[in-house]
Amino acid sequence: MTHDPGYNFAYLDEGTKRMVRRAVLKAVSVPGHQVPFGAREMPLPYGWGTGGIQVTASILGPQDTLKVIDQGADDTTNAVSIRRFFSRVAGVRTTTRTRDATVIQTRHRIPEMPLREGQVLVYQVPMPEPLFRLEPRLSETRRMHALADYGLMHVKLYEDIARHGHVSTAYNYPVMVANRYLMSPSPIPAFDNPKMDNMPALQLFGAGREKKIYAVPPYTRVRSLDFEDHPFRPHRADAACAFCGARDSYLDEVVCDDRGGRMFICSDTDHCETRQEAAR
Amino acid sequence: MSVPLLQAEGLNLRFGTTTALDDVGLNLHPGEVVAIVGESGSGKSTLLRVLSGQLAPADGSVLYRDADGRSHPVHAMSEAALRRLMRTEWGFVHQSARDGLRMGVSAGGNVGERLMAVGARNYGGIRAQAAEWLRRVEIDDARIDDLPRVFSGGMQQRLQIARVLVSRPRLVLMDEPTGGLDVSVQAKLLDLIRNLVADLGIAVLLVTHDIAAARLLAHRILVMRHGRVVEQGLTDRVLDDPQHPYTQLLVSSVLAA
Repeated sequence: MTHDPGYNFAYLDEGTKRMVRRAVLKAVSVPGHQVPFGAREMPLPYGWGTGGIQVTASILGPQDTLKVIDQGADDTTNAVSIRRFFSRVAGVRTTTRTRDATVIQTRHRIPEMPLREGQVLVYQVPMPEPLFRLEPRLSETRRMHALADYGLMHVKLYEDIARHGHVSTAYNYPVMVANRYLMSPSPIPAFDNPKMDNMPALQLFGAGREKKIYAVPPYTRVRSLDFEDHPFRPHRADAACAFCGARDSYLDEVVCDDRGGRMFICSDTDHCETRQEAAR
Repeated sequence: MSVPLLQAEGLNLRFGTTTALDDVGLNLHPGEVVAIVGESGSGKSTLLRVLSGQLAPADGSVLYRDADGRSHPVHAMSEAALRRLMRTEWGFVHQSARDGLRMGVSAGGNVGERLMAVGARNYGGIRAQAAEWLRRVEIDDARIDDLPRVFSGGMQQRLQIARVLVSRPRLVLMDEPTGGLDVSVQAKLLDLIRNLVADLGIAVLLVTHDIAAARLLAHRILVMRHGRVVEQGLTDRVLDDPQHPYTQLLVSSVLAA
C-alpha cells in the first residue's frame, strides 16, 4: 500500500516528527514526567486525539501495523476516522486484532489481551496534569512534581473515603510511576490501571491541547495510589458479557429500550469477537 | 542556657525608601514563647517572613537548629529542604484562617494533610489522629467531615491550629492568630494556645499588636518600631516597667476593661 503523495509520510513534516521524537525520548528517560512539545494543528478537533495522533505519526514506520480503539471499540467514529487517516497519509497496514498490531492508539482503554514486547500503546490524553483539580496553578503543580510533594493527592483520596466510604474515582485514577512521578493514566477505567504495571509494551501519552508528552517505558513499576487500610480495588460491573459470556473483561452498559432494559457487553470489541469465534 | 532553636543576626531589609528591618537580631530557645509587638507597618510581619525563609533579607543571617542538632542557614537551604521543614518541624498560623486552611476540604482532611504529606498512608490512623486533634482544640469530633466554611471564625482558627500542631512541630510562627475575632472568642483561643504550647513544649514566635495577648502567652517580648527592635526583655518587665518612650505609649494606650 502506498500513501497519498499529496502529504508527507504520516502527515507531519520530518522536522516536526523529529521534534516529537525528541520529546518522546526525553519522556521515556524520565518515566511519568510531562515533557512539553510544540503540538501542531491537526485536521481534527481538540479532544478527539490530537496529541495521540501526533505521537503515532512520529513513531509510525512503513512496516508498522496500526490498530486504533476508542473506548475499547474498533468500530466507533473516532477509531475508524483515525485508522482511515493513517492508512491514507502513511499507507500503513491497519488491523483490529490486538495481537497483529505493532502500534495501538487508544482512547480510554487498554486492550484486554496482554501486550507484548515490541508493541507501542499510544494514549490520547485530555488533561495530563493529575493535580489539576486540586491545584489550579500549573506553576505550583510543576513545583510539586519537582519536589515530589504529593500529599495533596492523598488528601483527595482521604476526602473520597470520608464522603463515600471508598475511593469514588472510577477512571483517570492517579498512579505513581517508578516511585517518583505522579501521573494521570488518561481517562482509562481504574480497572485497567493494574495492566500498566510492568507492561512489556512501551506506553506513550500525548496531550495535544496541553502540549505535553509523557511515557512509561516497558517493565516499569506503576502503582495506583491508595491507603494501607483502603487498598486500591479495580471496579468492574458485576455481570457477564451478553455476547461472549466473559466474566473477567471490562463491560459497557447498553440501554436497550425505554423500559429500563439493559445489557452488558465487552468494551473491547476485538477481545469479544475473538472469544465468540473460539466458541463457534 | 540551652542552644537557641532559631538565631537571627543583623537583619536588614528595605522596600524602596522604606526601612522594613533595621539591624534586627533575635534568639529563640526551645519551648520559649516570644511575642513581637508593635503598630501596623513596624516590620513585624516582614520579620516573620524573613525568619521563615519566605523573604530574603538584604543583609544578616538566620540559623535554624534542627531536631538532630544540625544548624541550617535558612536562606541558603534548598526549596525542597525548606518545604520539608515547613511541613514537619515548623508550622505557620495565619491571621486569616482562609489562608491557612483548604476551604474545600473537610476538617479531617485539613488536619490530616500534614500527616499525609510526610507519608502517612493509613486511613484509619490519619482519621483517628485528626479526631483526637479536633477534640484537643475543642471542636466536636462529630464534625470531622464538615467543611471549614460552615465553621465559625473561632472554630476555623482552632482548626488551623490543630492542622499545624498535628505533626508536632518544634517551632510555630503565628501572625496575629486572634485578629478579627471577638473578645470572648479571643480569650478562649489564647487560653487554648497557652495550654497546648505548654503541653507540647513548642517554641512559638507570636506576632501581634495585642498587648494583652502578648502578656498572656509570651515569656519574652520584642517591641518593634520603624523596623527596629526598640526594647526587649521578659514580658512582665517590659509591660510593667517600659523603658522606651514608644513602649510606654503602647502600654498606656491599652484600654482597661
